[in-house]
Amino acid sequence: MSATNPDRIISERLAGIVSGAPARDPRDDGSLNDDPAVRPPLVLNNRSFGEVTDIICGYAEHTPGKWWLPMFLLAASVAGIGVTMILYLIITGVGVWGLNNQINWAWDITNFVFWIGIGHAGTLISAILCIFKQKWRTAVNRSAEAMTIFAVICAGIFPAIHVGRIWFIWMVFPIPNYNSIWPNFRSPLLWDVFAVSTYATVSVLFWYMGMIPDLASLRDRADRRLRRAVAAGAKKRLPDLIRAYVFGLLSMGWRFSSRHWHRYEVAYLILAGVSTPLVLSVHSIVSFDFATSVVPGWHTTIFPPYFVAGAIFGGFAMVLLLLIPARELFSNFKDFLTLRHLENMAKIILVTGMMVGFAYSMEFFIAWYSGNEYERDAFLFNRVTPIWLSDRGAPYWWAYWTMITCNVLSPQVFWFKKMRRDPRAIWVVALLVTIGMWFERFVIIVTSLHRAWLPGEWHMFFPTPVDMLTFAGTCGIFLTLFLLFLRFLPVFAMAEVKAVLPQASPHGHDDHDHDDHGHADHGHGAAHGSGAHPGGHGPSHEKEAH
Amino acid sequence: MAFADYFPLPQKWIPRGLRSKPCRHFMPDGSPMYGVVAEYDTAASVYHAAEKVRDAGFKAWDMHSPFPMHGVEDAMGFERTKLPLMVGVVALSGAAAGYLMQWWITAVDFPVTVQGKPPGAWEPFIPITFEVGVLSSAFAALFGMLAMNGLPRFHHPLFKSERFLASSDDKFFIAIEAHDEKFNPEGVRRLLESTGASRVDLVGAE
Repeated sequence: MSATNPDRIISERLAGIVSGAPARDPRDDGSLNDDPAVRPPLVLNNRSFGEVTDIICGYAEHTPGKWWLPMFLLAASVAGIGVTMILYLIITGVGVWGLNNQINWAWDITNFVFWIGIGHAGTLISAILCIFKQKWRTAVNRSAEAMTIFAVICAGIFPAIHVGRIWFIWMVFPIPNYNSIWPNFRSPLLWDVFAVSTYATVSVLFWYMGMIPDLASLRDRADRRLRRAVAAGAKKRLPDLIRAYVFGLLSMGWRFSSRHWHRYEVAYLILAGVSTPLVLSVHSIVSFDFATSVVPGWHTTIFPPYFVAGAIFGGFAMVLLLLIPARELFSNFKDFLTLRHLENMAKIILVTGMMVGFAYSMEFFIAWYSGNEYERDAFLFNRVTPIWLSDRGAPYWWAYWTMITCNVLSPQVFWFKKMRRDPRAIWVVALLVTIGMWFERFVIIVTSLHRAWLPGEWHMFFPTPVDMLTFAGTCGIFLTLFLLFLRFLPVFAMAEVKAVLPQASPHGHDDHDHDDHGHADHGHGAAHGSGAHPGGHGPSHEKEAH
Repeated sequence: MAFADYFPLPQKWIPRGLRSKPCRHFMPDGSPMYGVVAEYDTAASVYHAAEKVRDAGFKAWDMHSPFPMHGVEDAMGFERTKLPLMVGVVALSGAAAGYLMQWWITAVDFPVTVQGKPPGAWEPFIPITFEVGVLSSAFAALFGMLAMNGLPRFHHPLFKSERFLASSDDKFFIAIEAHDEKFNPEGVRRLLESTGASRVDLVGAE
């Protein structure tokens, strides 16, 4: 009998023969196996299907802890301040911001690009990792997709309110009107409208579709509790009634039929397939807003790939920034989001950080190679040289150097395995990257605009309190929505997590002889159960099945 | 999926051709029977049971599992879905509509010279054409999937059984419907018991 047979492991655990949870070493939870012949487990502690349901639905059915309500109230208050600022802006006009004639895009567009960039990690994880069959995505895809949607909501606020007279915002859509005015389809700003709204819609559809089975699980649990209450002659509890109706409506009557699952998986793959070019196109189009203009510092062909890499970089940083605390705050969260998953994401941060660093250096090469003096001046003097070093130096040099320190230098610590595997170190780097990515957009937008062409039109930009509070407000909106998501919806893709458990394989029971690694003792109980065949269908099994 | 299943209206309101077939099998208490449901504890046992039910020649039956199982099309013997074809058609039509809209607005309805380019130049239309194509294919994939699955359907005979609700948790089920031509309650029960089901139940249709 192979040690990878999950039935045996579970029955032994239930009988008390083997201890359930191995003593957890905070530095190595059993997922950090470097032997390429052994696949690290995707879920720790040999969780059974029932335990997966209980844990993940439990998050959505109970208050997470004493921390939740104060945090929610704080986030909601900040969101309230942000909404007040937006209303103040709409009532008064864009003059309440620090914009001026020279710098007519500043914090508004910086924040827009910052948030839309954060929104890219979710779809990347869902779509691209799905197509590449990266099963570790199940640990983060649901929360990253949620984050995507909330970030896109925050992003969408800024271009909408920066138009000034928001009651004319309908003019960005091709709506037939009395004046026969159509939008200009040659403008990248209009492409942006279509790209961002498509992205928001497709992200919502993707997120919702992935959630249908999990909402059905929540519905069924509420339904079973209600039936038991009726059978016991007890009163039906109101929260369960609400759950049964709301989740019942949202889950569309999903009944876990295999014929349905088959179409569902095909549809999911199609959505992943169309989302992959979509996610690449959205930030490319956002970069066209700048790249198709003639402003030195913006007019650069490297912008589309550079923006996409930066978006993935910033998005993963935000995923880590939120999920590392969640790992600590929710019980059993670490079983699903293992150190291996964090290490994988730290590697992605390192790779995309290097891509961004390459793009930064390439901009200098092109500024020199093009021989264009405006371009050279924009990079060498307006960005890099501190004003205290040279008369021509830039007053915004500190923004540039913050960006370089946070985005290029700080991820370099991930060359060291020890740092990649330390959640605290990862969290600090993620925070720095998030700050750095905000400054990247600030550098691109404000420093390029503040000294363009004629010295007579040079101006500085100073944010007003309304600028700052509006940005803080969107952070509040983002966090409020994310806390609500953590409280009320399935945080992990339950059905997908179950599908990558070893016992999900339809060929699990005739697994004896194929599995040489299963017998080796890796020193951790967890390594047994999910050892060599996380999906349970290695190549040898596939042949048997068909 | 029959029309009458999807819209639970009184039979006389439904056109004659779309009415559900008269019930041939009944529960012990005389009410119409939906079918027989077998419960399994492991993915492997339900997979092999599905192969046996397929080989026995049943058509109106289904398997229920908490997660999508690999190779289930082969185990159950059904055809791959036509959904990709449908989505492809919708995506291309959407993209074409997006292109035509931009071209008509820019080159036909109100031509304005922008940047000295010809009004009908196709190059600037590509990004929006692409986005509209993606948007329509996403809608087609989700709503096409739901429609082909006969969803939303909030009422189903299987939901009456509390045990069946464990299909969303950790149990596996095979349900053979009473209107299958090969169906007879005793034979089906024996077949399912022989496949290692941990429990076999009759389920009423109402």
